[in-house]
Amino acid sequence: MGRARTITRRAFLVGATAIAGGVAFGAYIVRRPLDNPLASGLGPGEVTFNPWVRIDGETITLITPHTDIGQGAAHMQALLIAEEMDLEPGQFVTDFGPPSAAYYNTAMADELGAGIAATSPISADVATAVGGTLLKVLGLQGTGGSTSTPDSFVKLREAGAMARETLKAAASAETGVPVADLRTEAGQVILPDGTAIPYTGLAARAGEIAPVEGAPLRDPTLWRYIGKPTLRLDIVPKSTGTQLYGIDFVAEGMLHAAVRTSPRRGKLNSYDATVANGMRGVVDIVEVTDGVAVIADNTWRAFQALDAIAFDWAPAEYPAEQDQHWEAVAKAFTDGPLNAVWRNDGAAEEALSSGEIVEAEYRAPYVAHQPLEPLTAVVQVNEDSTDVWTATQIPRFLQPVVGSVTGHDSDSVRVHNLYAGGSFGHRLEPVPVRLAAEIANQRRGVPVQLTYSREEDFAQDYPRHIAMARGRGKVADGKVTAMDISVSAAPVIASQASRLGYAISGPDSQLAAGIWNAPYSLPDFRVRAFEARGLAPVSSWRSVGASYGGFFLETFLDELIHAAGADPVAERLRLISDPVARKVLETAAEMAGWGTASEQGRGFGVALVESFGVPVAEIVEVRASDAGVKIENVWVVADPGTVVDPVNIENHVQGAVVWGLGHAMNSEITYADGMAEQTNYHAAEGMRLYQCPEIHVKVLENNPILRGIGEPPVPPAAPALANAIFAATGERIREMPFSRHVDFV
Amino acid sequence: MRLTVNGQEAEVDVEDDMPLLWVLRDELGIKGVKYGCGIAQCGACTVHMDGMAVRSCQVPASAAEGAEVTTIEGLGTPDALHAVQKAWIDAQVAQCGYCQSGQIMQAAWLLDMIPEPSDEEIDRVMSGNLCRCGTYPRIRAAIHAASAAMKEA
Repeated sequence: MGRARTITRRAFLVGATAIAGGVAFGAYIVRRPLDNPLASGLGPGEVTFNPWVRIDGETITLITPHTDIGQGAAHMQALLIAEEMDLEPGQFVTDFGPPSAAYYNTAMADELGAGIAATSPISADVATAVGGTLLKVLGLQGTGGSTSTPDSFVKLREAGAMARETLKAAASAETGVPVADLRTEAGQVILPDGTAIPYTGLAARAGEIAPVEGAPLRDPTLWRYIGKPTLRLDIVPKSTGTQLYGIDFVAEGMLHAAVRTSPRRGKLNSYDATVANGMRGVVDIVEVTDGVAVIADNTWRAFQALDAIAFDWAPAEYPAEQDQHWEAVAKAFTDGPLNAVWRNDGAAEEALSSGEIVEAEYRAPYVAHQPLEPLTAVVQVNEDSTDVWTATQIPRFLQPVVGSVTGHDSDSVRVHNLYAGGSFGHRLEPVPVRLAAEIANQRRGVPVQLTYSREEDFAQDYPRHIAMARGRGKVADGKVTAMDISVSAAPVIASQASRLGYAISGPDSQLAAGIWNAPYSLPDFRVRAFEARGLAPVSSWRSVGASYGGFFLETFLDELIHAAGADPVAERLRLISDPVARKVLETAAEMAGWGTASEQGRGFGVALVESFGVPVAEIVEVRASDAGVKIENVWVVADPGTVVDPVNIENHVQGAVVWGLGHAMNSEITYADGMAEQTNYHAAEGMRLYQCPEIHVKVLENNPILRGIGEPPVPPAAPALANAIFAATGERIREMPFSRHVDFV
Repeated sequence: MRLTVNGQEAEVDVEDDMPLLWVLRDELGIKGVKYGCGIAQCGACTVHMDGMAVRSCQVPASAAEGAEVTTIEGLGTPDALHAVQKAWIDAQVAQCGYCQSGQIMQAAWLLDMIPEPSDEEIDRVMSGNLCRCGTYPRIRAAIHAASAAMKEA
């Protein structure tokens, strides 16, 4: 806290990623309570206590504003409200709710604050507070950064408690029984004589009294759901084909559209749709920004007609060939610009100016997101409003984007969020929905569904940012003593924000994430990031910068530990400065039986990476033979502080390991003639079932702060695998995907 | 063209080469069958045709004429679950769930062919079904559980 200073506007702009775009910044706006979006449009006898609970005479609706992209967010959010409100599964329905500033994401401030504190004289506490204010003023509703649970954990239980106490007050007003003599159970208020009044029967009366504020939260020993195995609310629909996803939405009289925009992300010179015009089912062929769309009576017919159009695309504004992308990344190490010195403990430069230096260079390619449900949106442009049905992580950002196309103000753009068939960062982008709006705007009054073909989805994916690292280090007396890691990467947050209409500059915490925040103490440790500008547009990919930062740090550290002749687990434990991370690694080593003699062709590799505040250790066991490398076991230990659902968290951690391993094994996007060369899953498939190892999961709860788990188990997977391959074969792999260097069984 | 889907006859007016997937989704409104890749690389569109698991994105409508087509909706319902669906629910396999219709249809066919499959047989038959969320450990466990339950029944 000693470093805290007065936050001047300049310090803020320098320290944070500066957002230009006219934010009203004043105490009034900061302190003002945000409006409840459910309050408008309530029917007779319907009541809402806060933005998360709505009750009428028949139905209890819990609003779960964090998008469900497969992580179980809807279930988790409903569970937290139901815990305090005394609801049983089946007694309520869930709804993602309208876009609203009331749903601004409080937890994104943690990541924002850490980034500010690392590169400015501002302390982490102050920076987090400033970040929180910024998020509230912006009304930044968003799902991402593994923040859904941290954002919801307290405020949704408070919302449930407020609803419960208000319903009790309503029952008291109705019956004359003092509130103190009432209790709640299974969606009912229970009177001392055992009479039970269902919440739905109290809705009208509850609407007449002021919501009860400040109800205390239950003691954790009384929790019925949190920390216990529960059946996900969506598990039956998702096992019976009855879950409605964005792509399944049907509106009366809906038409189907397919779109093609430049595979070089540039302009359309010309096109010839003569053949397509006459094809069966084609209703219209319309121009959109940098492309063309076919509107038809069936998705397949729209795809077919689109394929019959001849296009002439302008060249890309970024380098046409992949080699040029790598050259540009390499050049930024010397030509910059420097994004920030993210860490500078001791005097790494001096320590590494003489003596024996270990040096290595690493590469991480562009990688596509490619969730299995392709990008899709249904848009209907009405006289005075626009309706959008889609699965999005950024509902509020879509309103002005769509409104600018259809001529409606943001409040008149109704975004109906739907379940997503995966995302991994893919649905953080506004462009697909803007294109859907451009198409529907040319058939006003008619709902039009835009569905991306898988090939278009690959071509238009904003991939994980390309990056390289150069590591220099030193060992002495069997110990690692100095590390200096430079990362050169495409500035991902600036690229992403540009498509939302924001010009951002300044330190980007994701360029060297997973490295600068490593829980290690070395005498000399420096981390710098350089910006490789002018490359392909990029976006956040599950675990963002740490997805490669962990690979760079943990494989380079492994090389140093090997050079020192030390044990990979023991030396990491010696370097760890954080007790939570230490316990994570110790536990993983115990589970894996680290240190036991291994036979020929077998290898164990370890990695420990902290991202989004969660330290995760993984130990991978591989067997190498003439047939190739086979991953046999993974032991993984994570510490997010509190476990809300032990079943879902295990599933999620296993899935994140599969994600991290699969893409490290075989996935990349490369450019030729300005276009992504990979067009479908045959060319970038990730892991398939036969390659999936046994994944042994343990989750600890020592972390003093509750954190999310969606992303943190991804980053250690790649380095643990690379280190295991080294242990088994003696080959160091310094580049993803590993299939460039080894065959996998 | 006359199709039989989930035991019901349906008349559709489509091109011979329209993939069964799009006939089911856009013409008949059967949405449990999913579009993932269109080139038989992901398995999300898996349905049964005369009892055999097929990728409906590769089956022209004309080839489905006269066959018994079963989609996930015809395999079982929330009120009358197939043993594989029950096992999928008990193991809480799904994350985003988008691939799971195809996974379940493929697994049901596997268990028809091989009632007690080994891990190797599961690997061989299930590896054409991509799960981007990485639920493979639970898919394996659910298939073994369904196999055991079907043996008892």
